[in-house]
Amino acid sequence: MDYLKMINCMRCGMCLPHCPTYRETFLETASPRGRVALMRKLEEGELDVSERLLEYLSLCLDCQACASACPCGVNAGEMVAEFRCDRKEEGGLSFMEEIILRRLLPHPDRLEASLRPVRLYQKSGLQKVVRTMGLLKLFPSALERMEGLLPGLPERPLRRTIGEVTEPEGEARGTIGFFLGCVMSLVFAEASYATVRLLSALGYRVITPKSQKCCGAPNVLASDRQGLLDAARFNVDLFSGYNLDFIVTDCGGCGSELKKYGCHLEGDERAAGFSAQIRDINEVLAERGEELQKRLKPLPLKVTWHDPCHIAHCQGIRQEPRKLLKLIPGLDYRELNEADACCGSAGTYNIQRPEMADKVLQRKVDNIRRTGADCLVTANPGCLIQLKKALAADAQPVRVAHITELLLESFMAK
Amino acid sequence: MDQKFIMELTAIVGNANTLTDRESLACYKYDSTPGLESLPGAVVLPGSAEEMARVMVLCSGAGVSVTPRGSGTNLSGGSIAVAGGIVLQTSRLNSILEVDEENLTATVEPGVVTSALHREVEAKGLFYPPDPGSMNISTMGGNVAENSGGLRGLKYGVTADYVMGLKTILPSGELLKTGGKVVKDVAGYNLNQLLVSSEGTMGIFSEITVKLIPKPKTKKTMLVHFPVLEQAALTVSHIIAARIIPATLEFLDRVTIKCVEDYAHVGLPLDVDAVLLIEVDGHPAQVEDDAAAIRSICEKHKCSFFQTAATTEDALKLATARRVALSALARSRPTTILEDATVPRSCIAPMVKIIQETALKYDLTIGTFGHAGDGNLHPTCLTDERDKDEIARAHQAFAEIFDAAIAMGGTITGEHGVGLAKKKFLPRLVGEAGLKVMRGIKGAFDPKGILNPGKVF
Repeated sequence: MDYLKMINCMRCGMCLPHCPTYRETFLETASPRGRVALMRKLEEGELDVSERLLEYLSLCLDCQACASACPCGVNAGEMVAEFRCDRKEEGGLSFMEEIILRRLLPHPDRLEASLRPVRLYQKSGLQKVVRTMGLLKLFPSALERMEGLLPGLPERPLRRTIGEVTEPEGEARGTIGFFLGCVMSLVFAEASYATVRLLSALGYRVITPKSQKCCGAPNVLASDRQGLLDAARFNVDLFSGYNLDFIVTDCGGCGSELKKYGCHLEGDERAAGFSAQIRDINEVLAERGEELQKRLKPLPLKVTWHDPCHIAHCQGIRQEPRKLLKLIPGLDYRELNEADACCGSAGTYNIQRPEMADKVLQRKVDNIRRTGADCLVTANPGCLIQLKKALAADAQPVRVAHITELLLESFMAK
Repeated sequence: MDQKFIMELTAIVGNANTLTDRESLACYKYDSTPGLESLPGAVVLPGSAEEMARVMVLCSGAGVSVTPRGSGTNLSGGSIAVAGGIVLQTSRLNSILEVDEENLTATVEPGVVTSALHREVEAKGLFYPPDPGSMNISTMGGNVAENSGGLRGLKYGVTADYVMGLKTILPSGELLKTGGKVVKDVAGYNLNQLLVSSEGTMGIFSEITVKLIPKPKTKKTMLVHFPVLEQAALTVSHIIAARIIPATLEFLDRVTIKCVEDYAHVGLPLDVDAVLLIEVDGHPAQVEDDAAAIRSICEKHKCSFFQTAATTEDALKLATARRVALSALARSRPTTILEDATVPRSCIAPMVKIIQETALKYDLTIGTFGHAGDGNLHPTCLTDERDKDEIARAHQAFAEIFDAAIAMGGTITGEHGVGLAKKKFLPRLVGEAGLKVMRGIKGAFDPKGILNPGKVF
């Protein structure tokens, strides 16, 4: 890794109060400043690659709140991810990673097929039986955790039900691509459907290329650089075949990854062009706020917004969703304390580091409860899964919705 | 470190709060001071004052040195364990114990973060003015030990002006109570004020009681550009001479302006010598009058631009420019050496000139910003630690800058403390008599010399 990045950290400590793991532990090794120091000392030969060092680095959620706070432009989260990637290339993928990252994710058909039994499990009543009897205790705790997190699946993934072309309402103002995130399509099909409806209502012809593949963010989480580059090349090729004004996504994680294709495929002009075309749905809708507002009807809800890390820290989008929510008449918007703090989902972190993830989540939940909101809005599937589970569990459930769901609801209200 | 000693430490603070692995220790070699590192033998994070006292007793008995640490944002090497031993981190003691609205005091544990106290008291319409640049992470214990200043020093003073009572654990493990909630207290020596800015060499605070004041009703923020440095300096003097004490009277020089603009894009001009950020607060009518008077003084001194923030948001934006100054400077080169030479307010212009000439002489980039109202400047040298020659030149330049500050009746450090970094300059300032008295005081608190050894003198 680039040594200059490491010495750019001036150790001012401005990142510390923003780091979820430092806030929970007060340990320097659990802070961005400490992580950069560890990597630097490794590079300088003062430390070597020990189990403990890897353990300390793996506590990083890669939420990149530190990057937002850093005065010197150091991105400790990204540096840790890069470090893991470098290490991985020496070690190779595990058996399960090979199956998921290489055999499943790059093939939407297989991925969708793999989830069919899960839906069957949920719908047949088997899930209820298993949960009542506590049968999951028989399996590794990670599996029990995953089972508990997964919300009810839609009947069919959006990729199966949506047409390749969605015509605009009225005269077309442009043709845009829709990048359909895997989890959005598989789990939050309704939200992505709402996204397409809103775009079409605003006069966009929406193209959803059916053969698009996973953006590669899961590969980054598993430090699988090769898988990421394969995905990037495929998607750049695919979308370049259409004549699009821009490409929109309603998944914060995908958006942030797609915007980096240009860096990942350095020197590839088409990739740079592709990345430049990527827009988060919040950006697109906020720009059309006035038109949208005319068609929104009252929703008497107390609402707060959670900034997904991949939207606030990685893409710098903060004002747009707030602006959009405030457009809804009758809506009581309440700002969330530490709104841009990670919810603890962080990709697969909540499965891999459940203890820390739960602490980070609890802080988020406490802050949400304090707003008195009855609906939490966000725009990233990882956060949706994590917060749906957490906020449904309490005696006073708080509804969790993707921002386009709520906007469409206001749009359709009487 | 001796295994038996480690086991005894662990018995006091628990396994999870005793760090001895080399990876953890490597991360406690540093604080925010550039170029200084030293490896501690262990790090402990006690969870109560009682645990803290027991750790002190243990270390006193074993002759192991103790270096206190809050969030590790010290800028003079004060939290670096230069003699090895243990680092004692106070972060877990982070409760705001009381906000007493009748006596207007707040009592906190040492690990409370400064801005957390701000939020707590401001929600009650009260005000704790000290606002060091690191207030979002610096701890109250560290602020008291270093007598931290900040942007509001001119009108409201520094941490020392707010400390009313302390509970301090001495190296012997004894608890020393000084001061309290009373405004008037002349019983014996004023040990409170002696402990403020003791830089962790006399004791470790377990409780801090600070004075609060009513929150000013309103404030007005102004940003002024000056094509000529001397005019900016004269403006500062004339504002004070007009019997106006702004809450904030901050200065950015040409180099700093460029860096801030590159980083924060707040619309600062790149062709002026100086920018002043002025904030007046208080009763709305008074604030209006003061702002108008300041405007006319600035215009008299040929400012090229005068902006008053129209909204709270604008004000925040203008103030952000100053608050990110250090950070913005730091971006341009890898290594940032930040100093805090301080001169009487009337010497601001000659001091800035000397800094600029010294930078030229040693072929360095030095941006200067700081608290013009109280003469506390932050000449900030932008370097690359890999260039040994440049670092050596930077140290030479600063030695000259400190000499100049002393010659003007100023000081080598306004708010960062002496610690390790300024140690060799202290004798020039306080002389042999000063050192002798300080050594005597240190001996009275810490006869074995186990607490933060190697610091200050």
